[in-house]
Amino acid sequence: MSRLPVKKTYKLYVGGAFPRSESGRTYEAEGQNVARASRKDVRDAVKSARGAFAGWSGLTAYNRGQVLYRLAEMMEARADDLADVCSGRKEVETAVDRVVWYAGWADKLAQVLGSANPVAGPYFNFTVPEPTGVVAIVAPDEPALDGLVSRVAPALVGGNAVVVAASQTHPLAAVELAEALATSDVPGGVVNILTGFHDELAPVLAGHMDVNAIDVTGADGSSTELERLAADNVKRVVRSQGEQSPWEIASFLELKTVWHPVGM
Amino acid sequence: MTDVAKRKSVAPAPLDWEYAPAPEARDIVRFDDRYGLFVGGKHVEPKSGEWFATTSPATEEQLAEVALAGAEDVDLAVGAAREAYEDGWSGLRPAERAKYLFRIARILQERSRELAVAESLDGGKPIKESRDVDLPLAAAHFFYYAGWADKLEYAFPHRAPRPLGVAGQIIPWNFPLLMLAWKIAPALAAGNTVVLKPAETTPLTALLFTDVCRQAELPPGVVNIVTGDGSTGAHLVKHPGVDKIAFTGSTEVGKAIQRELAGTGTRLTLELGGKAANIVFDDCALDQAIEGIVNGIYFNQGHVCCAGSRLLVQESIYEPLVAKLKRRLTTLRVGDPLDKNTDVGAINSQAQLERIRELVASGEEEGAEIYQPPCRLPEKGYWFAPTVFTNVAQSYRIAQEEIFGPVLSVLTFRTPEEAVEKANNTAYGLSAGVWTEKGSRILWMTARLRAGVVWANTFNRFDPTSPFGGYKESGFGREGGRHGLEAYLAFD
Repeated sequence: MSRLPVKKTYKLYVGGAFPRSESGRTYEAEGQNVARASRKDVRDAVKSARGAFAGWSGLTAYNRGQVLYRLAEMMEARADDLADVCSGRKEVETAVDRVVWYAGWADKLAQVLGSANPVAGPYFNFTVPEPTGVVAIVAPDEPALDGLVSRVAPALVGGNAVVVAASQTHPLAAVELAEALATSDVPGGVVNILTGFHDELAPVLAGHMDVNAIDVTGADGSSTELERLAADNVKRVVRSQGEQSPWEIASFLELKTVWHPVGM
Repeated sequence: MTDVAKRKSVAPAPLDWEYAPAPEARDIVRFDDRYGLFVGGKHVEPKSGEWFATTSPATEEQLAEVALAGAEDVDLAVGAAREAYEDGWSGLRPAERAKYLFRIARILQERSRELAVAESLDGGKPIKESRDVDLPLAAAHFFYYAGWADKLEYAFPHRAPRPLGVAGQIIPWNFPLLMLAWKIAPALAAGNTVVLKPAETTPLTALLFTDVCRQAELPPGVVNIVTGDGSTGAHLVKHPGVDKIAFTGSTEVGKAIQRELAGTGTRLTLELGGKAANIVFDDCALDQAIEGIVNGIYFNQGHVCCAGSRLLVQESIYEPLVAKLKRRLTTLRVGDPLDKNTDVGAINSQAQLERIRELVASGEEEGAEIYQPPCRLPEKGYWFAPTVFTNVAQSYRIAQEEIFGPVLSVLTFRTPEEAVEKANNTAYGLSAGVWTEKGSRILWMTARLRAGVVWANTFNRFDPTSPFGGYKESGFGREGGRHGLEAYLAFD
């Protein structure tokens, strides 16, 4: 007797929950009905990211590193499922190793990117990196899983909260990653994943006044318009510089300089 | 001389101190009647055929006539910069590049007083500030970045730094020569050549700087100066031959530049407006805090992007603090920028004076209470008395918009959490101040203030080693320190 498998409903991941699109719409991708997020879903996702930001950025760097490492553990445990929605096992392994690599950066960033500044006066002065806030990521289409992880992990490790517009053509890897996130210790709202049409979602993210930076690595042809919209609130426009590196993390960070007098 | 009418609130008696005038000698600087553009190491007539007058805001007298660069002029300047970049500057041994910058730093020190007087004449700032702040910092900036020129691979290990090419730089009128130094020093140290556009109302020190370049024997075309107005800046931003734009100015113009450059791949850094909170807790050293508040908002007539324009006072010390502050205001000397006693100089331009007046009027209309110390303002020129607004709500325009003048808005708070929330309740994020004797509270506040610079128990301090720049709508990129080089480098 053959058994009918229980199929998954592919939904959004917002505020730690898996809602359908408020629009009630879906579209077909990779043979599945996938939620087609609306501009209202974007706003909800940004709101939950903003709400989660203070807690996530307020963790100790050590703790944040451990939480990200836990994400790698969850991904490893789901390696088979993840392999089914990307190019295969090898891509999953690359992605998991990448999360581990970035997890290890959490408590080293300030030492590599910050400085103590020898000002010409009786002041102690230092510069530390801080997260920029809510980061929108327009995910690249290829590689479906590792392309997404390559952008989300550096944004996360620095303490940002993230809203992802998943690849339009390969959204299943993003939903599968959301399930790994939901079972990890990454707090709800820190990563929000929207599936749908880039030309509907990305401009709303680019023009949103409570988004601090937008990563346009996956935007291809539409990035000029996104960059123009980003100027509405002086968003940082970020794109991948190549391989994994601390400079990828730095592009999602601000630098804060603090002065204090020295005296008796 | 006219007396500023005593406003609603009761003013403490002004201290009856008389000062004899102590003017700095003006003849240390001599301006030409007319200045052309500085392109390819030569002073040239503008192809546009247009000129404009630059005046002293303290006296409204014309100081010189200056070229207004058009599109063709900007094109020639960018071409000269490109040629200098390719014909030698980018290939020069970095240690030699460093020595040119060291020379510039030394010449700035040697000609410091002359340039300080020029700065105060053209921009209206007190000589005390141009002499003791602008000029020493400008020279220090060149000296600091000179030393980086041949050490870039240590600043950015594993990254193979290389110059970008031609940098277009647009600077404001509040610290003309210092902003020039902030822009040119790191750009040149990194191996770029530059086209710099000074502000319309303060072109003279940039033009005198061309003579510093001559004395330093800087190769022609490495530094080009195009004077003009907003249209000149727009030509520079739009020029396809420019690899990087660095802009310091208003958030409004910064957004327009970011829009203009969308999709071009031109590198961009923006240092824009601010509405800094200066937060005073009840355990602070009050007299020091008063000095910090005064320095925070009345330094350079409040023409400072990081000015502490919103004073957040803990409720328990509100009354004694405001009383002390008002008393302190009566001792500020407003007047001749060249007088060594002057604390507050002239407003930079008629247009800026009108903007300040408009916002101050809005504050009164919205219901805030105004205080201005009794002071005599010169009849000619552009002046605005130091002003404090109390009873200010967060929603008032004077609590939200950058006034860029000597106008302080006072608000109150009860708890540290409330102070943080109010301080961050702005689209800007350039700077903030915290006054408390409790170290742990300083660090707690510092971590929560969304601003690029936090001054704790001090305010408005600057140093070439110290990165400066904004969060949120105050811009992106840093100037100063190792981090300030990054904007002028590409990495493999």
